[in-house]
Amino acid sequence: MLIIDCPYCGPRPEPEFAHGGQAHVARPADPSQATDQEWLEFLYLRHNTRGVFAERWRHARGCGRFFNALRDTTTDHFLATYRAGEKPPVLPAGGAR
Amino acid sequence: MSALRTAAGGRIDRTQRLTFTFDGRRYQGFAGDTLASALLANGVHLMGRSFKYHRPRGVLGAGAEEPNALVTVNRDIARHTPNLRATQVELYDGLVAESQHRWPSLTFDVGAINNLLSPFLPAGFYNKTFMWPRSAWHKVWEPPIRAAAGLGVAPTLPDPDRYAQQFAHCDVLVVGAGPAGLAAALAAATAGARVILCDEQAEMGGSLLSERDATIDGQPAAAWADATLARLAAMKRVRLLPRTTAFGYFPHNNIGLSERITEHLAQPSPSAPRERMWQVRAHEVVIATGAIERPLLFPGNDLPGVMLASAARTYLNRYGVRVGTRAVIAAGSDSAFAAAVDLAAAGIQIAAIADVRAPNAVDGPGLAAARAAGLPIRSSATVLAATGKLRIAAVKLGSVASNGNVSPTETLACDVLLMSGGFTPSVHLHSQSRGKLAFNEELGAFVPAATAERSRSVGSCRGINGLAASLEDGAVAGAAAATATGHAATAPRFVASALDAGIDGVPGALPQLAAAIPPAKAFVDFQNDVTTRDLALARREGFESIEHIKRYTTTGMATDQGKTSGLNALGFVAAESDRRIGEVGLTTYRMPYTPVTFGAFAGFARGDQFDPVRKTPSHDWTVARGGVFEDVGMWKRTRFFPLGREDMHAAVDRECLGVRNSVGMFDASTLGKIEVVGKDAAEFLNRFYVNNWSSLAPGRSRYGILLRDDGFVYDDGVIGRLAADRFHVTTTTGGAARVFGMMEDYIQTEWTDLSVWITSTTEQWSVVAVQGPRARDVLTKLVTGIDLSPTALPHMAIAHGEICGIPLMLFRVSFSGELGFEVNVPADYGTLVWEAIHDAGQEFGITPYGTEAMHVLRAEKGYIIVGQDTDGTMTPDDAAVAWAIGKTKPDFIGKRGLERPALKAAGRKQLVGLQTVDPKVVLEEGAQVVVTANQPVPYVMIGYVTSSYHSAALGRSIALAAVADGRARMGEILYVAMPGGDIPVKIVSPVFYDPQGARINV
Amino acid sequence: MQKFSAWSLFKEAFGGHQGWKSQYRRATPKAEYDAIIVGGGGHGLGAAYYLAAEHGLTNIAVVEKGWIGGGNTGRNTTIIRSNYLFDESARLYDHSLKMWEDLSQVLNYNVMFSPRGVMMLAHTVHDMQVIKRHVHANRGNGVDNEWLSPEQAKEFCPILNVEQNIRYPVLGAALQRRGGTARHDTVAWGYARAADALGVDIIENCEVTGIRRDAQGAVEGIETTRGYIRSRKVGVSAAGHTSVVLGYAGIKLPLESFPLQALVSEPVKPIMPCVVMSNTIHAYMSQSDKGELVIGAGTDAYNSYTQRGGLHISAHTLESICELFPVVRRLKMLRNWGGIVDTTPDRSPIIAKTPVKGLYVNCGWGTGGFKATPGSAHVFAWTIANDEPHPINAPFTIERFRDGLLIDEAAAAAVAH
Repeated sequence: MLIIDCPYCGPRPEPEFAHGGQAHVARPADPSQATDQEWLEFLYLRHNTRGVFAERWRHARGCGRFFNALRDTTTDHFLATYRAGEKPPVLPAGGAR
Repeated sequence: MSALRTAAGGRIDRTQRLTFTFDGRRYQGFAGDTLASALLANGVHLMGRSFKYHRPRGVLGAGAEEPNALVTVNRDIARHTPNLRATQVELYDGLVAESQHRWPSLTFDVGAINNLLSPFLPAGFYNKTFMWPRSAWHKVWEPPIRAAAGLGVAPTLPDPDRYAQQFAHCDVLVVGAGPAGLAAALAAATAGARVILCDEQAEMGGSLLSERDATIDGQPAAAWADATLARLAAMKRVRLLPRTTAFGYFPHNNIGLSERITEHLAQPSPSAPRERMWQVRAHEVVIATGAIERPLLFPGNDLPGVMLASAARTYLNRYGVRVGTRAVIAAGSDSAFAAAVDLAAAGIQIAAIADVRAPNAVDGPGLAAARAAGLPIRSSATVLAATGKLRIAAVKLGSVASNGNVSPTETLACDVLLMSGGFTPSVHLHSQSRGKLAFNEELGAFVPAATAERSRSVGSCRGINGLAASLEDGAVAGAAAATATGHAATAPRFVASALDAGIDGVPGALPQLAAAIPPAKAFVDFQNDVTTRDLALARREGFESIEHIKRYTTTGMATDQGKTSGLNALGFVAAESDRRIGEVGLTTYRMPYTPVTFGAFAGFARGDQFDPVRKTPSHDWTVARGGVFEDVGMWKRTRFFPLGREDMHAAVDRECLGVRNSVGMFDASTLGKIEVVGKDAAEFLNRFYVNNWSSLAPGRSRYGILLRDDGFVYDDGVIGRLAADRFHVTTTTGGAARVFGMMEDYIQTEWTDLSVWITSTTEQWSVVAVQGPRARDVLTKLVTGIDLSPTALPHMAIAHGEICGIPLMLFRVSFSGELGFEVNVPADYGTLVWEAIHDAGQEFGITPYGTEAMHVLRAEKGYIIVGQDTDGTMTPDDAAVAWAIGKTKPDFIGKRGLERPALKAAGRKQLVGLQTVDPKVVLEEGAQVVVTANQPVPYVMIGYVTSSYHSAALGRSIALAAVADGRARMGEILYVAMPGGDIPVKIVSPVFYDPQGARINV
Repeated sequence: MQKFSAWSLFKEAFGGHQGWKSQYRRATPKAEYDAIIVGGGGHGLGAAYYLAAEHGLTNIAVVEKGWIGGGNTGRNTTIIRSNYLFDESARLYDHSLKMWEDLSQVLNYNVMFSPRGVMMLAHTVHDMQVIKRHVHANRGNGVDNEWLSPEQAKEFCPILNVEQNIRYPVLGAALQRRGGTARHDTVAWGYARAADALGVDIIENCEVTGIRRDAQGAVEGIETTRGYIRSRKVGVSAAGHTSVVLGYAGIKLPLESFPLQALVSEPVKPIMPCVVMSNTIHAYMSQSDKGELVIGAGTDAYNSYTQRGGLHISAHTLESICELFPVVRRLKMLRNWGGIVDTTPDRSPIIAKTPVKGLYVNCGWGTGGFKATPGSAHVFAWTIANDEPHPINAPFTIERFRDGLLIDEAAAAAVAH
């Protein structure tokens, strides 16, 4: 059970949250102009990163807000959480634990 | 009491005699004994049989590492617990224990035939045989193999005991209350940190309880432990948890603890839980889990009476038990000499101490003490074999010449052989936390390296040797941990003296015997009967990775999970393959440290506590009338209301006719409800649902379809516009939470330009659907402030007023095809209004109906149920609801997805009606549609029945089906494939009843 | 290949088992192979075996970053069944099930395939509808699957609780009698031994670090921690790590990797004669030949490569197990572990050519890859050898996600009303 630092509420246990998949996947502004390939990328293609991964969480059983996090998928340690719409913070070289 | 019991000393209470039975024989012990110590005091070493060869086994250790002495404790037929380590079973008066995995008795076990056959049963033998004939494995060979395997017998009745769970937070969690752990806890606690100290044993103190002459700050070690624990217990911010095993280290310093609460009691309180699982979230963790002594590898090392030297010392000093009368000591480490000194002082005759260490071993304090005590030490010796049948009788020793040649020297009679191959630090929790391990050459063991969590390993679990050093290590770490939590601390100092043995050891084969080919047969994993020869065979067959060797031989996979065998296996393999132990690597440590009861994981979650029960306003009313419920998500929904001895079909027929002929009432409160508010509410719904919402006037409602962006139907429901900027959205019962989550997703992260807010109102409204030609007549009696006439309140209109004086939001809406209303009132009034409508409807013969009748009524009208008539692979066109799509909208969720080739291709399955040629035949839901009858298997299936019922109103069966190109097949005769013969069906419109909708618009 | 039999075991016993040969060579990489399989699990080793045995390609290598069978092959709960809903899936999994039935004989290695029956429980009316749809569709595809009443289910598995006293009582079950279990490790070892005997190089401790392509974009070799190895055909069968490997060729797949946990109890005498699965309350249980109850837990909510999951996931599984099998509540968890499962959006695998010439992929098995091992390996080998899919795996393309031609086993089961 992870501890997740909601940018609005502070650290809370994992069962309060719903994972929202990869962060920063924008829905095409005009889907009618998207090719099948572009639509595929929006719908399904994800980085599936082994390492630092930008992902979305929703504090579903808390404030209800979506936010983003940087998590190392090889350790499950969070490096940062930040609000939706913000750019991911730049990590110091070597990352954090 | 037996002569094996010392006259005084130790931690047992000689004033409290306890009677217990083992395999039906009565014995006596003392309070403070474990089952193992009490049996040893009675001269019983034989406590179990090994897994594979059924070899007789005695107790090897004195704690969690025990691989041999596994017993079943029987409180009663339901409270029957197999596979307990006798070394951890606390004695209580009346305890009934049985040995296991033997027949007919422990001393005479027929299964021991396997021991004679052992040459034919090497590691992996089952991979090489039992292959002929083809089906024989499952039918002929596997059943007896399964029957022969297993250890204890599972209970045959459900467990009546309860299990508790608790979450806790602390600044510092200290695992292990030996010297290092106590020092750490004291350091952290005196600084004011919130401390939890847990220890797996009944009594805290760890190795201090097994010391004879050690002192700390001038007190005997055990007395210091008592005093320290008393100090800690008096501190408000300290929680002491004895009998509590830290079994798992999870991410973010989440530690699982398993506490045994009643297992040691003769008469447990019926109100007390048997165990409690703690989930501790610790800011800092101090791991002080100690070290485990290793057996030595020599022939006969598994005989009853062959034990770990440290265990013999614990039995003596802690439990007042001499494990034998005449001992041979096989000293593969300096600590064995120290143990011999204690045993000799207690009157155990030491026949010899064989110094089996490598020739270059450095003499330590233990050896010096043994010399000083005048014990008979054989230098440059080795153990050639231990012999005996159900108990060791003699040891054959050899001497090792300077050229390495071994020659037999003497055979010594004895009743115990005590061995020590050195100590292996218990790095389990550190490793579980994903901390790194490094091989320490000096120690000959793996010790913690870089941590992955906020943890510190202290004392002998990180290779620290000696009492004073362990105390200091613990104190420093405890102070550092407290400081890290904002409680500035300094490490307390202790003055300690003890006979601290050296740190040497012998991992793997005895150095003097290592060169033999084949290797001398010695047991490495005692429980699973893995020998040095099995390990050598695995290597011969090409398995080099320690993970492969483990899986091929099953070494380390028994219930002790390799606590005594792990490093010996590594050491043996390393020597065989001319590698260093550090190069062979290590198998991954996994939770749990020792086995943990399933019930403790499950905790309170049983029966109705398994999952919350959501009840509708009519729930109790329904229970009182014998209604039958179904589970839909967490909801209990009424499926039907049987009258008298009606079965479901009779009840549903009656309920349906009641609605069609007069009026019925249905509790629709489970539907999801979301209020969508804001100046852009209509625009949001335009983008979210397929329909056009801008054109919906306030006070009107419309049936909405929701897709995912892949184009497939996700949910549906009626949406009412309460005001220009306010919508009342309904969802399916199961879809409420996920639709709400999806709305939040798009509002918060995609369409941040929109001014719109959503609120889940599912729990705020109770909903009673009143349906049927007399529905208006019923409501007219109760509703005020709303003109119910068809012109004032036409189909799909919404109005606000009162019912029974309660605020009412009334939808004129029908899911039955009849004149219909949905009465929405604040949830707390739901039961009152339900009963009021029922009363008011009596003069019209109002019929309460359940989900089953609701399904029939809607199917007669061809209304779909998302999730039953659609399955996540259907488009609106497939589901015959494409009419709902707002054609002029630039975009909505799923619009682009629908343009993908496969979603527009010909031949998709489309929802149609099916009429069986024989009107009496009701099709089975899920049955498959085929073109021609009674084809051989496999056959081409072009669709399936999604919904199927007997329609009382139509006097025949009806069905909905998804059929390839279904709408182009109207009137065709197809077949529904059934095992008893295919059933001819005609493809028809899905609307069976009142296709013009005349009955709704009245 | 040294023949395994009762007779050879008997003979060797008299020589102290000194005569057994290595089951596979410890190969070092050659400069070039006709084909390379990346991933030494059951699927990869099997593909190498079938390439050699059925397609005459013997200059091939399997490269494995750790030890063979160390990924999901050695971490799963060994459930084997083929009662999938859609025609495409039923064909694939039943192809595999049929191969399981004589795999021990084909490989001369007892993989202990035990068709003890797999029972899937229904707890709601919706479950019953879904399961009966499976039963009917399976019948049409020649896949055995039968509906059982709760009483029949209890007769088949006597420790199953079919009383009404649990939160979600058992309303019925589907039983595939041909389904069952096998011993996971032996599948990897059996394929490795048989492939090795045909000349296949099995190269352990060899992690792929890059994929080299020629000017036309076609594969020409792989970079590894043990050097560069040339090959014009590379088949990737790397389960949870597939995304990482294919990323070296610039290919992004619709895959996400999640931790999946499993656990075993301490061994007890036989109490559980079959496999029981409940999708609705997330519990799967069987009993191994050794006597351990083998229990599958769910996936964690987030993607991860840690091979471990949260305590709450395994706890939730045991809640369900204790409700369904109340006599096991006093038994104990002996060991819990995690694997990394690669899941696709439709929960069906990809066994296909990739857009890069000479690069093939077999992935996306999610939580259900073990059962498919022989069939998947067989058609993957065919695909690599012929540079076109076998008819059985032809639907399992990468392009189906673009075109919407999904094989959505999850959607067909999951949506509640």
